[in-house]
Amino acid sequence: MCNDILVFAEHFRGTLNDITYELLGKGRELAQSLDGRLLVSLLGHEVGGLVERLGVADQVCLVDRPELKEFASDSTKAVLEAILEDVQPRLVLLGSTSIGLELLGLISARKGVPCLDNCTRLESRDGQLVATCQIYGGKVFVEVALPEATTLVAVVPGSFPKEPGEVATKPELRNIALPAMLPEARTTFRKLLEPPPGDVDITKAPILVGVGRGIQNADNMSLAEELAAALSGVVCASRPVIDQGWLPLTRQVGKSGMTVKPKLYLAFGISGAPEHLEGMKQSELIVAVNTDPKAPIFSVAHYGAVLDALELLPLLTEEVSNQATKKASS
Amino acid sequence: MNIAVLAKQVPDLVEGLEIDPNGKALDVNYLRYILSESDDHALEQALLLKEKVGGRVEVFALNQGEARESLVTAIAKGADRAVLVDAGLDSPLNNHAAAQIFAGLLGGGLFDLILTGVRAIDDLDGSLGGLVAGSLDLPYAALIRKAEADGDGKTVIVQKEYPGGYAAELDVRLPAVLGIQAAEQPPRYVPISRLRQVMKTATVEEVSVVPPSQQPLDVTRLFKPEEGAGAVMISGDAQEAARQIMSLLSERRLLR
Amino acid sequence: MIPTTAKLGLVPGWAVLWLFFLAAVGIFARRVVFLIRLLKLGRAENRFDHIPERVKRVLIYVFGQRRLLDEPLVGIPHVLIFYGFLVFLMSTSGMLLQGLFPFLHLPGMESNRYLAPVVDVFALLVLAGLAVSSFRRFVIRPTGLQLTWDATLVNILIASLMLTFLLVEAFHRISSSLTGGVWVPVGNWLAGLMGSSAVLRANAALFHSLFWWAHILIVLFFLAYLPSSKHLHLLAAPFSAFFSRLEPAGRLAAPMDQQVRLGAERLEEFTWRQLLSAFACAECGRCERACPSRQVGEPCSPRQLVHNLKEQLLRYGPALLSHARAAADGGEPTMIGGLISAGELWGCTTCLSCSDRCPVLNEHMSIMVDLRRRLVERGEVDKHLEEALRNLARYGNSFGQSERKRAVWTQALDFKPKDARKEPVEWLWYLGEYACYHPALQRITQSLARVLHAAGTNFGIVYEAERNSGNDTRRVGEEGLFELLREKNMATFKKAQFNNLFTTDPHVYNTFKNEYPDLNHGQHSVYHYSELIRDLLQRGQLKVTRSLPYRVTYHDPCYLGRYNGVYDAPRTVLRALGVDLKEMPRSRRNSLCCGGGGGRVWMEEIGEVHARPSESRVREAAALEGVQFLVVACPKDYVMFTDALKTTGLEAQLAVKDLTELVAEAASVV
Repeated sequence: MCNDILVFAEHFRGTLNDITYELLGKGRELAQSLDGRLLVSLLGHEVGGLVERLGVADQVCLVDRPELKEFASDSTKAVLEAILEDVQPRLVLLGSTSIGLELLGLISARKGVPCLDNCTRLESRDGQLVATCQIYGGKVFVEVALPEATTLVAVVPGSFPKEPGEVATKPELRNIALPAMLPEARTTFRKLLEPPPGDVDITKAPILVGVGRGIQNADNMSLAEELAAALSGVVCASRPVIDQGWLPLTRQVGKSGMTVKPKLYLAFGISGAPEHLEGMKQSELIVAVNTDPKAPIFSVAHYGAVLDALELLPLLTEEVSNQATKKASS
Repeated sequence: MNIAVLAKQVPDLVEGLEIDPNGKALDVNYLRYILSESDDHALEQALLLKEKVGGRVEVFALNQGEARESLVTAIAKGADRAVLVDAGLDSPLNNHAAAQIFAGLLGGGLFDLILTGVRAIDDLDGSLGGLVAGSLDLPYAALIRKAEADGDGKTVIVQKEYPGGYAAELDVRLPAVLGIQAAEQPPRYVPISRLRQVMKTATVEEVSVVPPSQQPLDVTRLFKPEEGAGAVMISGDAQEAARQIMSLLSERRLLR
Repeated sequence: MIPTTAKLGLVPGWAVLWLFFLAAVGIFARRVVFLIRLLKLGRAENRFDHIPERVKRVLIYVFGQRRLLDEPLVGIPHVLIFYGFLVFLMSTSGMLLQGLFPFLHLPGMESNRYLAPVVDVFALLVLAGLAVSSFRRFVIRPTGLQLTWDATLVNILIASLMLTFLLVEAFHRISSSLTGGVWVPVGNWLAGLMGSSAVLRANAALFHSLFWWAHILIVLFFLAYLPSSKHLHLLAAPFSAFFSRLEPAGRLAAPMDQQVRLGAERLEEFTWRQLLSAFACAECGRCERACPSRQVGEPCSPRQLVHNLKEQLLRYGPALLSHARAAADGGEPTMIGGLISAGELWGCTTCLSCSDRCPVLNEHMSIMVDLRRRLVERGEVDKHLEEALRNLARYGNSFGQSERKRAVWTQALDFKPKDARKEPVEWLWYLGEYACYHPALQRITQSLARVLHAAGTNFGIVYEAERNSGNDTRRVGEEGLFELLREKNMATFKKAQFNNLFTTDPHVYNTFKNEYPDLNHGQHSVYHYSELIRDLLQRGQLKVTRSLPYRVTYHDPCYLGRYNGVYDAPRTVLRALGVDLKEMPRSRRNSLCCGGGGGRVWMEEIGEVHARPSESRVREAAALEGVQFLVVACPKDYVMFTDALKTTGLEAQLAVKDLTELVAEAASVV
C-alpha cells in the first residue's frame, strides 16, 4: 500500500484558494510521518502559472485542458479518477467546499473508496491515520480511524494553517495518462454571477462588528452600526441576518460568504454555526457575546461574555466614544 | 417532470445532545428527530418545479425518527407519493448505505430529477446526494439555490453557490441529482388543520429492503467540545463587561 | 288647514302627495329588500336564541345610547338627535297622515297641548345637537370621522327638517289664531319674530303651506335616500344590537363546518351578522380612534375593515344575487389582497377596544379573525409568525425551546413545587410560556412560587406537560393548531388532580376560562393569580409585614380587564400593600393595549411606526406626577413595557414591576 498523499488543488479566477495551501501544509506533515510523498493535482485551463506555488509538494499532476476551464463535475471527476488510478494514494485531501462536495460523493460511490466529510483534524498515530470530524452543528466531534486503503477526506476550510503550505518553488511534474477525449460533460458552465456591488470589502477591514440572530430585528442594526462607527470598523453578519435582508450579501461571513481574518472580530448574538465559524475563526482577536453559554462561538472566541448583545452594544459604544473624547481632549 | 426527493431525519439540536456512555454513539434518551433543514428546502424546490412545469413529486425517507410525520407533511404540501423505506439500519452515521438503498429504489430512469439537501448535520461519510449520483452514474451539482426547467424538458438551469457571494449558472442534463442549499422561496407553511386532515386520509407506502452489506467507518469515539474552551469568559453585568472589553481593546492597541 | 286640501295646479294636493309618498316608500322598500337579500348571501348563524336578553340589549344600547355616552361631549348631542328623531317620527307621521287623508280630519300632535311643546323644544335641541356634531365633524375633524358628501347631505337634511317644522309652526300661528291655546315656546317666538313683517303676515297661509310641503317632501326624500346613505344605521342598528353576540368576547366562534375551508375571504363565507355590520356601521370612527395599532401608524383600521366589507358587498353582491358570475374573472374577487391587505390584518393586537366602543355592537374581531384564518389556510403567513407557529406545533412553545426545559425555573427554588400529575393539589398553577422560558420573567415566577409557598398554598404545576394555551394561536387564525394544543392540555388536565386552576398570564386565563369548555364548566374554576393573592391577603394567609411607600400606577391587561372584567382584584391587592395608587387617564376599560397581543409579539412591525403603543403607554405613566412604578399583571406587558422604557429613555424615571414583585416585597418573602 502506497503511503502517498494526494491533495486536490482548488483555484478560482486565477488564484489558488487558501484551502489548497491548508491541505498542502497538512499533507506535507502527514506524508512525512507516513514516509510517503505529497502529490497535488491541478486541473484547469491555462493554469500552468500556478504550478510554482505548489512547491511544498513532491509532484504535481497538472492537467491543462480546455474542457476544464470552468469547474464541471463530470470532466473533473474523470480526470481525478484517472489520477487516483495512477497514483493510488493512501489519502486524498479535498476541501469541503462547493467543489469538494460534488467530487467527494461521486468518486466515493463510483470507485468504492471510503470517504469522510467535515474533517477538522488529521493526525498520524503510529502509522494509522486518525481524522476528527465535526457534526451536529459543531456540537459533537467524531474520531475515525481511517482504513488501510485509499480514502477521500474533505476538510473544513480554516482547519489547518496555510503558511506551511506556501512554498514557492517549482515541483516536479508528473504525467498522467488520459484519454484524448474526456467523457461528455453533462453539466456545463454558462456564466458566472457576480455578487451585487457592495459598498465595503469586509475582507479588508481590520475591525469587524459581526451580528447574528441575536440582533433580533432590523431596527437594532443601528446599535451595531454605531459601535462600528466608534471603532472605525465595518458591520458584517452571519447568514440568517443576510437572509432577512438586513444587510447585503457582500457583508456575509461564512462558508457561502466571505472568509475574513481581521485584527478584531466582535461577534454579537452569533451562535457559531460551523458555516459561520469557517469564515471568521482565523481572526486575530475574537470577542463573542451571546446569551447562551453553550453557544459554539465560544469555542473559537478568545474572550466571551454571556450577556444580551442588545444590552451590551450601546454600553460598549459609549465606553469607546468616551475614551475617544478623553484622548482627543488630552 | 418526475422528481424524487430524499428526506432524512437528523437529531433535533433543540433537545441538546448527550454522548452514550460507550462513547461511540449518541445517547438516545431524550433524542428527538427532525427533518433535515436542507431536505425541507429540497422538497420545496421540487414542489415549485412541479407547480411550474407539471409532473410528480415523490418523497422517500428511511424509517428513522419522525420520518412518517415528515412524509405526511410532504403530502400535505403537495407531494404525490410518499415512501417509507424500512431497512433495519441501526447506524445513523452511514450515508453510503442509505445511498445504496435509494439508488436501488430510484434507478432505471424513473425520475428526471432527484433532489436532496446538499448537506445534513449528521453527514460524516459524505453527503447523500453525491453518493446517490455516484451510484447511479448521474450528473450531480451541489449547493444549488435555484433550478429552472428548460423548455425542452431535457435540462435544468441551476445556480450553484460559491463563496464570497459568487454563483455559477449551469446547465444540467437530465436525469440528474441536485444537492439543494436553499429553495427559491422558504419552505411553505402547512396549516395544522390541513395536516390533521391529510393524516387521516393520506397513505404512506411502506417498502422493506434488505440492508446492503456495509463497510462501516471505524468510529473510535464521539465527544463534545469543552464548553467555552479557549474563551476567557468576562464576568459581571453589561456595564462591567463593556468596560473590560474596552480596556482589552485599548491594551491591544485596537482603538484609534 | 291642511295644505293638501288645496289644489296644485289642476291636481288636488293630496293626490300629488300620494304620488310622492308612494314613490318614496317604493324606493325605500325596494332598497331595503335588496339589502336584506344581500345579507342572506352570508352563512347561516343562529342569533334568534335568548330573546329576552336580546331585547334587553336593544333597550340598553339603542334606547339607552349606552356606548355613545362613553364620550359625553359628543354623546349627549347624539342622544338629543336620536330622541329627536323618535319624536319627529311620530310628529311627521301624524302630519303625513293628515296630508294623505285630509278629509278625515285626523288630529295631529301640534294640537295636543302636552305633546306639541315637546316636539317644539326637541326641534331646537336637535338643532343644537346638530350644531355641536357638525362643528366636530367639519371643524375639529377627529380621526376616523370622515367628511363625505353623504354626511354633509344628511346633516343638511336633518337641519332643514327642523327648520321647516319650526317655520310651519310659526306660520300656522301667524295665519290662524286658532291654536287651541297650545303653547309652543320656540314656535311662538319665531311667530313673533316673523309676524312683525307685514309681507310675511300677509302671506302667512301661503308660507305655511310652502314650508309644510317642504317639510313633508324633505322627509319623503330622506326616506327614499336613507337606505343608500350611512344613515342606514338608523334602521340597521337596532337589529345589529338585537342580533349581537351573547357569548363572552373572549370566546371566539369556532369554525362551523370542519370540511369547509377555514376562514373567510368572499362574501358567502361570512355570516349574515358579519355582513350586517356593514349596514349597521355609522362610520363614527370610535373604533378607529380606540385602536392602538392605528394610533402608531400601522395600516390596521377596524373602521376601514367594516367599510371594506361593505364595499365588497355592494360591489359584488348584486352579481352574486343574480348569479351573473363573469366567466372571465371568476366572479367575486377575494377580499384579501383586494380591498384588504394582509398587512392590515396582521396589524391587529386583538385588544377589543374597537368592538368595546362600537355603539351598534359590531364584531370587528370576528371578521378579522376569519380573514386571518383564511390567510393561514392559504399558507400566507408572516415569516416570523410562521417560525413561532412551527415551534408551537413541535415544542408546545413559541420560543423553540425544548419541552423538557419548562420547569427549569424551579431549580432556583429551595423547595420543589408539587407535581399535580402525581399528587392531588388544591390549586393547579398553569404558568404560560413566558413565565417559564423568558429569562427576565423566570425571576418573577420564582418569586410568586415563594410567596405562595410562604402562604401555605396547596399548589402544584404540571412541569413538562404544560403546553401553550393556544389563546394567541387561535387569534392569529391557526385554528387547527389551537385545537391540537387544547387537546394536549385537556389530556394533561384529565390526568392531573386539582380543584381550581390559576395562571400568571391573562391570555392563558382568557382561553381557559372561555374556550376550554370541559375545564371551566366542570368542577374547576379558572382564576388569575391576582385574584388568588387577593383572597390570600383577605383571609390572612398572606400577611403584609411592611407597607410599601411607593406611588404606583396600574396597567389593566386587555385579556384580564376589557375581556373578562377583572379590574378590581389587582387594585385591591395593591391597596392592601399600602401603595399610593394613581390611575392613568386611560385605565380600566379604556386601558391602552401594550401592542403584544394577537400574535403581534411573534411578528415584525408593518408599516410606518413612529411610537409603539407600549411607548405611548409608558409615557402616559411617566406623566403622572411622582409615580415610580408601572405595575403590570401580565408577562407580555412586562416585556413590552421594559423595552419601551429603554427606547423612550424613561428608565431613570420609571420602572416596571410585576404585581408579584411588590407582593413579595410587602410580605417580606425573599
